[in-house]
Amino acid sequence: MSILIDKKTRLLVQGITGEEGSFHTQRCIEYGTRVVAGVTPGNGGSEIFGVPIFNTVEETTEKTGANASLIFVPAASAADAVLEAIDAGIPLVVCITEGIPISDMVVVHRYLQGKQTRLIGPNCPGLISPGKCKAGIMTGEIHLPGNVGVVSRSGTLTYITVAQLSGLGIGQSTCVGIGGDPIIGSTFVDILQLFQKDKDTKAVVLIGEIGGTAEQEAAKFIKEKMTKPVVSFVAGATAPPGRRMGHAGAIISGSSGRAQDKIAALAAAGVTIAPSPAEIGLTMKKVLEKWNVAH
Amino acid sequence: MKIHEYQAKALLAEFGIPVPKGAVATTPAEAETIAAQLGGKVAIKAQVYAGGRGKAGGIKVASTPEEAKRLATQMLGTRLVTHQTTPEGVPVSKVLVEKAVSVQRELYLSIVIATANRMPVMMASEAGGMDIEEVARVSPEKILLEYIDHAAGFQPFQGRKLAYGMNLSPNQIRPATGLMANLYRLFQAKDCSLTEINPLAITADGEILALDAKLDFDDNALFRHSDIEQLQDVEQEDPIEARANELGVKNYIKMDGNIGCMVNGAGLAMAVMDLITQAGGRPANFLDIGTVNDVSRVVNAFNVFTTDHNVKAILVNIFGGIARVDVIAQGIVEAQRQMDIRLPLIIRLAGTNVDEAKRILAQSGIKFIEAIDFYDAARKAVQAVKGNDK
Repeated sequence: MSILIDKKTRLLVQGITGEEGSFHTQRCIEYGTRVVAGVTPGNGGSEIFGVPIFNTVEETTEKTGANASLIFVPAASAADAVLEAIDAGIPLVVCITEGIPISDMVVVHRYLQGKQTRLIGPNCPGLISPGKCKAGIMTGEIHLPGNVGVVSRSGTLTYITVAQLSGLGIGQSTCVGIGGDPIIGSTFVDILQLFQKDKDTKAVVLIGEIGGTAEQEAAKFIKEKMTKPVVSFVAGATAPPGRRMGHAGAIISGSSGRAQDKIAALAAAGVTIAPSPAEIGLTMKKVLEKWNVAH
Repeated sequence: MKIHEYQAKALLAEFGIPVPKGAVATTPAEAETIAAQLGGKVAIKAQVYAGGRGKAGGIKVASTPEEAKRLATQMLGTRLVTHQTTPEGVPVSKVLVEKAVSVQRELYLSIVIATANRMPVMMASEAGGMDIEEVARVSPEKILLEYIDHAAGFQPFQGRKLAYGMNLSPNQIRPATGLMANLYRLFQAKDCSLTEINPLAITADGEILALDAKLDFDDNALFRHSDIEQLQDVEQEDPIEARANELGVKNYIKMDGNIGCMVNGAGLAMAVMDLITQAGGRPANFLDIGTVNDVSRVVNAFNVFTTDHNVKAILVNIFGGIARVDVIAQGIVEAQRQMDIRLPLIIRLAGTNVDEAKRILAQSGIKFIEAIDFYDAARKAVQAVKGNDK
């Protein structure tokens, strides 16, 4: 099994005709994802890679049964695209777009209240259930089907982690990039809940970074609710306070945003901390052996 | 993005928030003229992108226009060093000349996005005039919070809660709540990431006045605020970061080490910095080069490294996926051709077209140290720098 996406996922791509959108749509199709529709307002009625294009998201749900959306719409209109997908009742919305104004995300978050949609991102690599479905921009070939879940705020660190895991023969159930922005749709806790419930996920890697308190909230959840082993790495121990390290969310303001405080909170919750980003895979291997988990 | 106090106060005034009378001066003569027009005592305030000006001598009071001129002469053209700046300080090219106000009480008022709650929050405190993080540490009960629901907006009852909470007198409640509503209007209209009035003064006459103002803006929203974008004063930025910006190298943050880092991805860039530190070295910068599709981006990044004379080695760590590392390799070769950088170059490339990338590097004849993974790269960079020091 896996979480959020699998062989039954019928993917819609919003912004399918753009440079990024079309490139990654092809990669998703090659990986085996069922891309059933695209949306580019004004291009409705045409086709790309054999995928029908519509003017609105609403049409795609009626005509193609799309049940997940992958969004590549540029930052200035991305929030509008997310709102449209939520309005159409798409159960899973994955927003790749980087650089969305935070005030737009305040609106999106308010609009999500009471709706059926789960949002992943923005400013994230998306997600993949290896061997089943890819709804994101990660390279498919480094992944291996298996039973370790990966959840991360950073795209490239997720790839590094996955490459290490696969290199050691440790496969993944689902890898979720939750995004590097201050306001994101799904938090560590949301994804950990799903991994805890998923019977085929036996252990989880959590990749955090400086800024905010998401890792501390994850630590609290792990301590109280998780029965599965968790391995973690938090990037940015050497980052200076008050400076935004690329990701809009990665800025130390107040002591709780520091890597040291996050690592301490996770360790206190029983999480095994990888001593360096080069040893995340190895740390997981040792934890799996200790917990007697076959992989 | 930051702006100066005088610009922030102009925006506050535009949104109906009372500020002291004053104007900005770039020469001592202008300061004198403004002081004469205002009459009486004036405050001379150095305009820099840093807090802690008062203790650093960046805020002075003049009793006469002549004294205003003298104080402005002392400040203009110098560099101000505060606890928030580097030891080199920041240049003072403008001073704000303001009518001095006699203050009865100093309050605090600000709005930020509370990311944990994913909504804006207004913070108010009776303990104004001091660092709010200090207040939060020493007496957190003195900080009042009102979360603002986007659908409803800032409501008068929230203003009353804060105003009564700060023990304002009955005739100050209405002006205070009005001021708060205006501050939220400004926060929203201009996509601020911070609007802070500290201190918010109650004058001897019982008036409410923004004595100082700090506005920061969401960089991601600047595309819809060209009026704000043009307020930016590049002189206040770090010169190397300003150079990076000019060359279109985004996400470059200067640090005080000597290993120049070019990495793709923010998380990975931070992790590489952590590894360098673990290996006993110090990074010269943070740089997320992003997904590189053209050679010039790499060349420009190398150009920035050459402007930082602390840089003694360059580490390139690209973990592809979708990043085409052959383009990175072409960029490195082109940068060496143009600039002939004689620094140890440590390269670790993995990803799409990696064999082609290795062929390009090998054929170019440029000298570099190949690393097998990013840990190896960090270690070799630290060794290279130490070797250079000997």
